[in-house]
Amino acid sequence: MNELFIAIVLVLLGNITVGLWRVMRGPTAADRMLAAETFSTSTVAIVLILATVTGRGALVDVALVFALLAALAVVTFVSRAWPDIGEETARGGGGPKP
Amino acid sequence: MMAWAITAFDALLVALLLWLAWQAIHADGLFRAVISFMVFGLLMAVAWVRLDAPDVALAEAAIGAGVTGALLLSALGRLPERDKEAPADRRARGLAAVGLAALALGGATALATIAWALPAPGLGREVTEALPKSGVDNPVTAVLLNIRAFDTLLEIGVLLLAVIATWALGPMQWSAPARVMSPALPVLGRLLFPMFVLVSAYVLWRGGHAPGGAFPAGALMGAGGVLVFFAGAKPWITGAELDPWRWLLSLGLVAMLVAAVGVGATGRSFFEYPVDLAGLFILALEVAAALSIAILLFALCLGGRPPHRWGSEDEA
Amino acid sequence: MTALAWVGASLVALGVPFFLLGTLGLLRFPDVFTRLHALAKADNVGLGLVCFGLGLHSGSLAHALKLALIWLLMVIASAVGAGLVARAAIARGVKPWGV
Repeated sequence: MNELFIAIVLVLLGNITVGLWRVMRGPTAADRMLAAETFSTSTVAIVLILATVTGRGALVDVALVFALLAALAVVTFVSRAWPDIGEETARGGGGPKP
Repeated sequence: MMAWAITAFDALLVALLLWLAWQAIHADGLFRAVISFMVFGLLMAVAWVRLDAPDVALAEAAIGAGVTGALLLSALGRLPERDKEAPADRRARGLAAVGLAALALGGATALATIAWALPAPGLGREVTEALPKSGVDNPVTAVLLNIRAFDTLLEIGVLLLAVIATWALGPMQWSAPARVMSPALPVLGRLLFPMFVLVSAYVLWRGGHAPGGAFPAGALMGAGGVLVFFAGAKPWITGAELDPWRWLLSLGLVAMLVAAVGVGATGRSFFEYPVDLAGLFILALEVAAALSIAILLFALCLGGRPPHRWGSEDEA
Repeated sequence: MTALAWVGASLVALGVPFFLLGTLGLLRFPDVFTRLHALAKADNVGLGLVCFGLGLHSGSLAHALKLALIWLLMVIASAVGAGLVARAAIARGVKPWGV
């Protein structure tokens, strides 16, 4: 059973690796923020599965802390960081930066 | 199969961490660098989990995923436009990169060699031997608040200094609350705040016998405060000189100093708690330190001295 | 190994495709709004299955309730976060794809 869990954890980390492309590429700040948000979901899953594999209950608390703080980054981003970032304007879709 | 998969996981994790660290320093835009750093924090917590250090993982989760991200993003919002696009002299940067990489590789090799030669368990045995006299069952808490309490005292002192410096630099500059208002935001604050209080208290209480303690609990509470503040709440703490909440900023430092020096009245040395009262001492100090850390981190996130009265700014 | 543990492990494995689909949406969808749409759903279903599966696997009610709480917190964060990012993007003048 642990073999299955470790394989799953490996796949989830690979999933994060692939998703990093969106962080690098953008194009808008929201895209990058969004990618970071999904990574926190994947990280919670990884930590929870590792908690089961190792049998350490304390690791569930790490995931709990992550889950509680998941909203903070996005709220800070929306209320503080993005209104003033001049990185991009009305460009919705993909395509390289001019 | 199992050994292979876990090795692959660790290798991928290390590669990702190195790459994200590089991006956090050298990404083209500051926003990209900040996001890279936040993802770095997430994965670093996983690395601590893999290193079997749940205490550090908890602290990294609370500080890295919470306050650090909020601080960096708020700081980014304050920077003038032109600073955000880092002017990139690619060639000079490439040369510097090669030099730095060589240096880092050399340093890492040297460190790895030294680490290999060191006796593996470090001071673990000594701590385990002293644990029954320390007043708690969790060795990490014993080290932080009893055996090396002096370090913790200085850490809280550094945080306090940082807040004093930030306040001294000027008043906070947020003109309006959030420009994008969503009906979900205040609800989120109201819904989550009790959870933050509950989980912080739980993490603090667990510190006596399991991973937890003042730093993660305080960081979590501070992050909760920041979240509720951004969701539109008015903080209690103000810039007024006689504001009682301001005294909480130094509560942790003062409590630790009193405990450290106070035991001297009974002829003991600095931070030498009476053995039968050590548990009580540590609990009291943890509560004081956690409260202080929470308010210190919150004050840091304000990014300047708060106004004397919060109401007056909202009308502007 | 009890039957419950096997059911739990299967549910965890079932959650993985949702994470993969979420990332596929993140990479391939044309704009912020469609990507939000993909992620806010897929990842949380994936995490829900993982939490549910691990809860069954552990066989302890207290543990399972803690996992349920974690999932609930993530769903709240994700729902509110998605709404906020979409509103911010609209306010910022990002044009939805195809409009």
